[in-house]
Amino acid sequence: MGRYAARRLLQMIPIFIGTTLLIFLMVHILPGDPVRAIYGDKAPDPAQIAQIKREYGFDKPVLEQYVHYMWNLLQGDFGKNLAGRPVTELMSEAFPVTLRLTLLAITIEIIIGVGLGAWAGLRAGKAADTGVLVFTLTVISIPVFVLGFIARFIFADELGWLPPNVQDSTDFSQLFLPAFVLAMLSMAYVARLTRTTFAENLRADYMRTALAKGLPRRRIIGVHLLRNSLIPVVTFVGTDVGGFIGGAVITEGIFNIQGVGNLLYRAIQTSEGSTVTGVVTVLVLVILLINLLIDLLYAVLDPRIRYA
Amino acid sequence: MRGAKSAKWVAGAIVVALAATACGGGDDSAGDDMNKGKADPNGIVTAQLSEPQNPLQPANAKESQGSRVLRTIFAGLVDYEPGTGKLEYVNAESVTPNDDSSEWTVKLKPGWKFHDGTPVTAKSYVDSWNWSANIKNNQTNSSWFSDIVGFEDVHPEKGDPKSDKMSGLKVVDDNTFTIKLTQPVSYFAYKLGYDVWAPLPEAFFKDPKAFGEKPVGNGPYKFVSWEHNKLIKVRKFADYKGPNTAKNGGIDFKNYTTADAAYSDLRSDNVDWIEQVPTTALTSYKTDLGDRAIDEPYSAVQSIIPAFYTKQFKDIDPKVVQGLSMAIDRQTITKTVLQGTRTPADSYVAPGVLGYKKGALGDIVKFDPAQAKKLIQEGGGVPGNKLSIQYNADQDHKPWVDAVCNSIRKSTGVECTGDPKPTFQADLDARDNEQVKSMYRGGWVLDYPVNSNFMRDLYGSAAAGNTSGYSNKEFDKLSSEADKASSIDETVKLYQQAEQLLAKDMPAIPLWFYKVNSGQSKNILGKIEYGQDGDPIFESIQVKQK
Repeated sequence: MGRYAARRLLQMIPIFIGTTLLIFLMVHILPGDPVRAIYGDKAPDPAQIAQIKREYGFDKPVLEQYVHYMWNLLQGDFGKNLAGRPVTELMSEAFPVTLRLTLLAITIEIIIGVGLGAWAGLRAGKAADTGVLVFTLTVISIPVFVLGFIARFIFADELGWLPPNVQDSTDFSQLFLPAFVLAMLSMAYVARLTRTTFAENLRADYMRTALAKGLPRRRIIGVHLLRNSLIPVVTFVGTDVGGFIGGAVITEGIFNIQGVGNLLYRAIQTSEGSTVTGVVTVLVLVILLINLLIDLLYAVLDPRIRYA
Repeated sequence: MRGAKSAKWVAGAIVVALAATACGGGDDSAGDDMNKGKADPNGIVTAQLSEPQNPLQPANAKESQGSRVLRTIFAGLVDYEPGTGKLEYVNAESVTPNDDSSEWTVKLKPGWKFHDGTPVTAKSYVDSWNWSANIKNNQTNSSWFSDIVGFEDVHPEKGDPKSDKMSGLKVVDDNTFTIKLTQPVSYFAYKLGYDVWAPLPEAFFKDPKAFGEKPVGNGPYKFVSWEHNKLIKVRKFADYKGPNTAKNGGIDFKNYTTADAAYSDLRSDNVDWIEQVPTTALTSYKTDLGDRAIDEPYSAVQSIIPAFYTKQFKDIDPKVVQGLSMAIDRQTITKTVLQGTRTPADSYVAPGVLGYKKGALGDIVKFDPAQAKKLIQEGGGVPGNKLSIQYNADQDHKPWVDAVCNSIRKSTGVECTGDPKPTFQADLDARDNEQVKSMYRGGWVLDYPVNSNFMRDLYGSAAAGNTSGYSNKEFDKLSSEADKASSIDETVKLYQQAEQLLAKDMPAIPLWFYKVNSGQSKNILGKIEYGQDGDPIFESIQVKQK
């Protein structure tokens, strides 16, 4: 297991270099000159533009810029944005916000998703099962921005139960609505996934054995069935964490949350290369680590799985 | 079956919710009287803001967000009377030119202090301008100082600056300094109202970077805090000596990422002012907000501009462009497609600016398909009988570009299509590199309220804002004569003559003037007053006592 983990960690290095290079090149070929864009419709000042480009190293070839960037990155320096603020500072403001939102969303997703799935799975074929299937299908087919707008409209604008926007991201009552919207879609998938594996495993041999041994029903379901059914769910939820952090752009936009999604969106709009590359670099790291963590979790859930 | 029931419930909830809004809208407009109640001199106004792109240094605020904050913290030498554009003195006691307006003497009102207690002197201005003009300091607005003698020394086109002082600036005594210009500019005093000319305290030069995070000004409000992406707080400065003392206790600039989010907060009175009603609410905001809806003109114009460097427009007969202008139904488009957010343009110069003349362009901006066809024919037609209008697709331009094209196609038979560029940056790139295929969208918000700003700075042969390749020696001569005129009235008159010259030449087709479509919350007493740049006059906003 230790050797496996070490090997996986080493594999991350080429993946990391490859992805960052790709991102760096992609940002570079975005149309438009970010420095010129500061001036908008108004007259640009060529001398000043040249001076700013020199300061940021934009006048050098892309590959040289990349090597320079990576060299600084190794020393923990993510560069600065066009306003002169260090990217690490921007990220340290945005990541905790999105992390809180993601954690809350994941919690909601697991509790409701697994609960609903288990409930339906145990009643496979009955009305309750059909009900959950129809409900999840409805949720899956509604785009997240529609869901977000409807939720805000009903619960904030009209009923006034929750604030329409997030002003303070440390206040979980403000984060609840966006987290719920963010969780909805994955929650439906988790419910369906749980339901299917539950229904399948119910017919498994070890279940019959457990039943024949005369174990109490709570123990059969809570330990034997749940644990064995969670492997695909854990994989899904795990990859979702990375997805949530990067893909919260829409939800963060609707509810005015100043998180990673928003930071990334604004940075892409203004072609802020250093911010985009910095955020994506961290996201790549997060997703790589989470994948490793999931793979290691398998062994905990099912001791038959071994790593060589 | 359960599924079917829950779906029914959702649909039911939406119907109920929609019914609730319909009632809610009516209640809002009837139930509150914004002129009733007493003002709270310590009340805090909350206003919408996006994160400023640059540190809060006066010469660095190219975009509106940063300058919205800076304008509350700094008081310049002069300001303008809203609506008329007349010059008003703020920190200056007088700004007087010599005989040919090439040298200006500024006298300051004595006894002014920065928020840190240090005095505002002539040196505060001169040092500020020298620093801001210096190319090494990367201030985006540094070219504003280019009228001053010695600008090339601190801001050379290539290489390092030769000096860190402009020789044209001289401190005479604590409250007096002089400015020598490279050539006469009769309206130079008018330019001084822009953010870039603000004074800076001694503390600034010790650490400009830290200052940008925590600015110290001389204006009606002092800076308190800046939580990035969240909130900027400014509070009333008790010792402020200017004419525009704050009628409220301070402003909280709250950050919003979308217009929809801000509008949602305005409706629930969580924010007192938003900058623009979202497109989705344009048809309903007046019923939603009642009297609290804001629909005010400001001094900005939108045009479409032929790229004169292209084969198509190189030797074009101006009659063709005049014809195209007459083929556009401005009345209908502003009313329908733009939902009344603009008013049809009748001149090159926007209203509220000195020298704006109602109907200056006469028939050229009237919709007349028959005359349009005739003019285009007389001028030899549009080469290729088709044209395109370039715009950036990351903003809401497509609907009106399509409408303009439709109007041209229908009334003249000239084929017209939109030419979208994915981002504003890409759009600007194409303009700078002279790659526009036919025509492009242009917009201009005033820098200072003199008609020269809408003409010389856009259509002068050497003007940096001229990206179409238009050039007319006669116009250049007339504008330099106007700049040298002995009085501002004379200047304005000569520029009005120049405008008639442009009407014959058609360097651009003005389409419409902008309006602010916004709203205010129930916490505000009376209607918010607006400046010509489309921003509220924050000092004058009154908060209702609770």
